[in-house]
Amino acid sequence: MTILIIAEHDNHRLGGEILKSVGAVSTLKLNIDVLVIGSQCQSVTEEASRIDGISRVLVADDPNYKDQLAENSALLIAEIATDYSHIVASATTFGKNLLPRVAALLDVGMLSDVVIIESEDTVIRPIYAGNALARVRSSDSKLLMTLRGSAFDAASLGETQAEQKALDIVIGNDWSELVERQASESERPELSAARVVVSGGRALGSKENFALIEQLADKLDGAIGASRAAVDAGYISNDYQVGQTGKIVAPELYIAVGISGAIQHLAGMKDAKVIVAINSDPEAPIFEIADYGLVGDLFDILPELIDSV
Amino acid sequence: MKVYVAIKRVIDPYIKVRVKSDGSGVETANVKMSMNPFCEIAVEEAIRLREAGHADEVVVVSAGEAACQEQLRTALALGADRAIHIETDAVVEPLSVAKLLAALVKQDQPELFILGKQSIDTDNNQVAQMLSALLGYSQGTFASNVTIESDVVTNGVRQAIIVTREVDGGLETLRLTLPAILSTDLRLNEPRYASLPNIMKAKKKPLDVLTPETLGVTIKNHQDVIEILTPTPRAAGVKVDSVTELVDKLKNSAKVI
Repeated sequence: MTILIIAEHDNHRLGGEILKSVGAVSTLKLNIDVLVIGSQCQSVTEEASRIDGISRVLVADDPNYKDQLAENSALLIAEIATDYSHIVASATTFGKNLLPRVAALLDVGMLSDVVIIESEDTVIRPIYAGNALARVRSSDSKLLMTLRGSAFDAASLGETQAEQKALDIVIGNDWSELVERQASESERPELSAARVVVSGGRALGSKENFALIEQLADKLDGAIGASRAAVDAGYISNDYQVGQTGKIVAPELYIAVGISGAIQHLAGMKDAKVIVAINSDPEAPIFEIADYGLVGDLFDILPELIDSV
Repeated sequence: MKVYVAIKRVIDPYIKVRVKSDGSGVETANVKMSMNPFCEIAVEEAIRLREAGHADEVVVVSAGEAACQEQLRTALALGADRAIHIETDAVVEPLSVAKLLAALVKQDQPELFILGKQSIDTDNNQVAQMLSALLGYSQGTFASNVTIESDVVTNGVRQAIIVTREVDGGLETLRLTLPAILSTDLRLNEPRYASLPNIMKAKKKPLDVLTPETLGVTIKNHQDVIEILTPTPRAAGVKVDSVTELVDKLKNSAKVI
């Protein structure tokens, strides 16, 4: 019985979420292998082999895997699946895109966005935008799941090197090819991993006013987030959206500014340790879950807050 | 090109769901049902492809209880040409839905199949990926832009579509070989409303009812939902009167800054 964890990376650096996945499955006390699929990704393999608690790093390094597209990656994983009782990825867009494809190839079901692993076959996962939790037992011979990073503690990177094993399975991809990737540039901490998140909503009123959110975030060394309304209004790009259809965050401090608190948004942040709501409407639903609420005009409150933290 | 769209009947997104006290599920009696919002976007995209001359026929499909036909009629009113209802009262997990849809694709060979990225009830985000795996097709998930590469034509068939995907940290653009499976993200388009004349016309459009048996698919469950739980509610918070008080609370009570 061994667990296979699929690593997310950009051929240079390992994505941070895998440490959460390793931390999450370590409670099962099974051997853990990490799979790195990529091209010229030696530095990723080196980094992955230093994750505490893993047995081996498998590496499929070939130009065909350069962009880690789902079609051939899924076939590769399905080919080595026999050796594993669990196949796991982070519930990031990478994991969500890839793992259901693997599940169907193996003719097994899949468990998405798991937040608690109770045993080798039973997990808890949120449904209805986090308004209910389902305790689910899988009857499949193999458990495939994506794990919600914010629900687990990260494993650490140590000095010990796990064994590295090269896979010589090469599968081409005639189905899809990458045209381009456009990254949103940001100096700030990554939204899903930040200790503090300051989020703005429609009440900011304009893209220019969103600078107030950025200033407060910078003062607190935090990341910036947004409600869907702010994204749709064009104040900020969609990869900053917090919510059921955006990113799920669980920082120590979440400051919601001018956000009413729609179900969709709450699903993405209600597990934050401390929630602060700043809103002019005392009846806004966000106040029902906020630890500290301040009713007032955000254009009066934000500058004062920026000055005093 | 023929475009298929899968739609799902779900609890209306603006309803706050209640977990039944015996933990067997969420309350669905007398609760408003709607088309899953991501599916509305999928229907809209298919209709836009037809309006732009890329699609000849738009077919909508739904699997589930008899009442799904309400949502299929809605899709017909929005502009779909015909509907297929795969009627079953069984719990259909994503893999079973994918198998039912794959059986239809094998019969009718659409070049493009558009689904929502996830349904807002089970929040799985799996069916599109599973369907493309079963068919051995390319997949373009979380699509925020779709362009048909109309200048590339071989043997009278369009060869590829360009799909921009919403991924963590930005956007990714892929060229997919047809036939392909797409799943829609929120920003792909803004769905239209059905007009009253179109709602009337939709009643006359064809709606075929099939069963899993006629498609040769056995519905198998891979998972048992043991219990549905209510999330632990957060402890009630306090309202503060000033920025000074807020900063004091964050520094000295919560100790987060």
